[in-house]
Amino acid sequence: MLKSLLVGVAAVGLMAGAAQAQDRVVNVFNWSDYIDETILEDFTKETGIKVVYDVFDSNEILETKLLAGGTGYDVVVPTGTFLSRQIEAGVFSKLEKDKLSNISNMWKEIEARVEKYDPGNAYSINYMWGTTGIGYNVEKVKAALGENAPVNSWDIVFKEENISKLKDCGVFVLDAPTELIPAALNYLGLDPDSKEKGDIEKAGELLKSVRPYIQKFHSSEYINALANGDICLAVGWSGDVLQARDRAAEADNGVTVEYSIPKEGALMWFDQMAIPADAPNKAEAHEFLNYIMRPDVMAKASNYVYYANGNKASQALLNEDVIGDTAIYPTEETVNKLYTVTAYGPRINRTVTRTWTDVKSGQ
Amino acid sequence: MASASGNSIPKRSLGGWALIAVPYFWLFLFFLAPFFIVFKISLSQVAIAIPPYFPTFDLGLGLDNLIEDLKEFSVENYLFLTEDDLYWKSYLSSVMIAGISTFITLLVGYPIAYGMARTPKKWRPTLLMLVILPFWTSFLIRVYAWIGILKNEGLLNQLLLALGVIDEPLVILNTNIAVYIGIVYSYLPFLVLPLYASLEKLDETLLEAAEDLGCPPWLAFWKITLPLSIPGMIAGCFLVFIPAVGEFVIPDLLGGSDTLMIGKTLWVEFFNNRDWPVSSAVAVILLLILVIPIVLFQNQQQKMSERDG
Repeated sequence: MLKSLLVGVAAVGLMAGAAQAQDRVVNVFNWSDYIDETILEDFTKETGIKVVYDVFDSNEILETKLLAGGTGYDVVVPTGTFLSRQIEAGVFSKLEKDKLSNISNMWKEIEARVEKYDPGNAYSINYMWGTTGIGYNVEKVKAALGENAPVNSWDIVFKEENISKLKDCGVFVLDAPTELIPAALNYLGLDPDSKEKGDIEKAGELLKSVRPYIQKFHSSEYINALANGDICLAVGWSGDVLQARDRAAEADNGVTVEYSIPKEGALMWFDQMAIPADAPNKAEAHEFLNYIMRPDVMAKASNYVYYANGNKASQALLNEDVIGDTAIYPTEETVNKLYTVTAYGPRINRTVTRTWTDVKSGQ
Repeated sequence: MASASGNSIPKRSLGGWALIAVPYFWLFLFFLAPFFIVFKISLSQVAIAIPPYFPTFDLGLGLDNLIEDLKEFSVENYLFLTEDDLYWKSYLSSVMIAGISTFITLLVGYPIAYGMARTPKKWRPTLLMLVILPFWTSFLIRVYAWIGILKNEGLLNQLLLALGVIDEPLVILNTNIAVYIGIVYSYLPFLVLPLYASLEKLDETLLEAAEDLGCPPWLAFWKITLPLSIPGMIAGCFLVFIPAVGEFVIPDLLGGSDTLMIGKTLWVEFFNNRDWPVSSAVAVILLLILVIPIVLFQNQQQKMSERDG
């Protein structure tokens, strides 16, 4: 009995092994709610490569997995600042550009900005880019602050007289020190990319002064909270706020959500697709990247997630409510005010997270 | 068991040794070995590499290299934990939250277990089933469900507003109160089950005798039932307290940003600071803090069994 069972198990194992040898697979690890899933189905139909798709919701989780090694992923999507440090740690393998015929579709301007994290764009291609700004519930903010509520300025977050009036209807802030400290520095008129301990502490003081009015620091809950009308203001990522806007509109629950890039400037970030050095299916990973860079595919992705992409050729195929929305594709005047930041070194990074813990715990 | 610990140790057969070896092997493989890996990392230093610390003890580089690596070890990370008050504040706050939650769980759980043990025998399996039933749903989903109940526009506030008990919604979600509710709810079965087991075993003739001798029921409960259920209470309280100290999911989902718990501090250390050595040191200290009550418990159990024996 036992023997026949063992034989049976072995046979199944062999069959599975044989099936694996035939099926080509690519393992993709991307942000949650960040792709139109029909893109993956179409890719499989066209190439015969099966996509195993897995999601995360913070750069920290992705980075921890990558640094532990042996993730088994073939394509991952870190944000620029994290990417640069991971390149330094030897996490990625260089792209074989001769396998990426669609790379000419990419947007030179975005590639130039990404140079800061990935010199020569040697390790990554841009998937989406966006800004970190202010999402708000139009009616509730008007009710609390009047018709002239400064929704287009960081004043609404960093001036106590404003934010204190929003406390009761609820304020959420991203749990991302690497984005909020630069925002505070920028508001104070300091260099948002500053690595000076004194500057970081000044930013911490500003954030602490508004801490009593913030209900929660979280990087994904605000989408639903905004859409349901549970909160009236969130410091969040552009596309996420716009997804909240659409969910509220679909639910027809009387909630209107808007996104604004504050006039003082905002952080511009880039989510980059890269291939880990120990990826088991590098050939398939390159095919996947090449497919993603097709203008029609990239347009489909942006039309779904409401983020701008780094693919110039896709712009002709974007829906009007994406390409025409200045919250997604800002005007050149706004783009000039957007700033980028680089990765923190290990020592100053500890100051940053420690400051952030103090801010969050209200110490 | 009590007789085995007497003066004559019986000779064990090979099979007997094999039987004992199984749990020890299990402990070694899944507790001691991982602990030593964590302990080893806690003596290392952070680096930008895969894995993000050194020394890594690459066995392929020969013995000299291993000795060189060994010299890199230091207790620096443990010293660092004493320099920053964040860590002991987190430990203290975790122990406080876990302690208060355990106490509330005991207050809620005791009547439940007592009621179950006093119901007619034929109902008991059904009641037991009902206590275990929540485990059929994922822990994460059950904690998430509390968000829907406790939030400002949630079920609880709507109910209280409709009944006219309150005029404006209570802010419960994202506060420590929500954390207490989450822990008490999640860990209640772990207290009820051992307590029920000890109450059910209770010899009811003792209570009858007390009644015959003119002892009022409340006094009989105080003098007989309560003392005899102490082992069940202690076992239940430990089953609640120990996981609650290191709890991460409940404070993350239900607690506010000012809810300081060591599970969250550990998370920040590991994921945001990507400092595996310091987070390993935090974990080692956490283990030590939890081992102390377990040892106390063991001692207490031993005393009990000696007294019984």
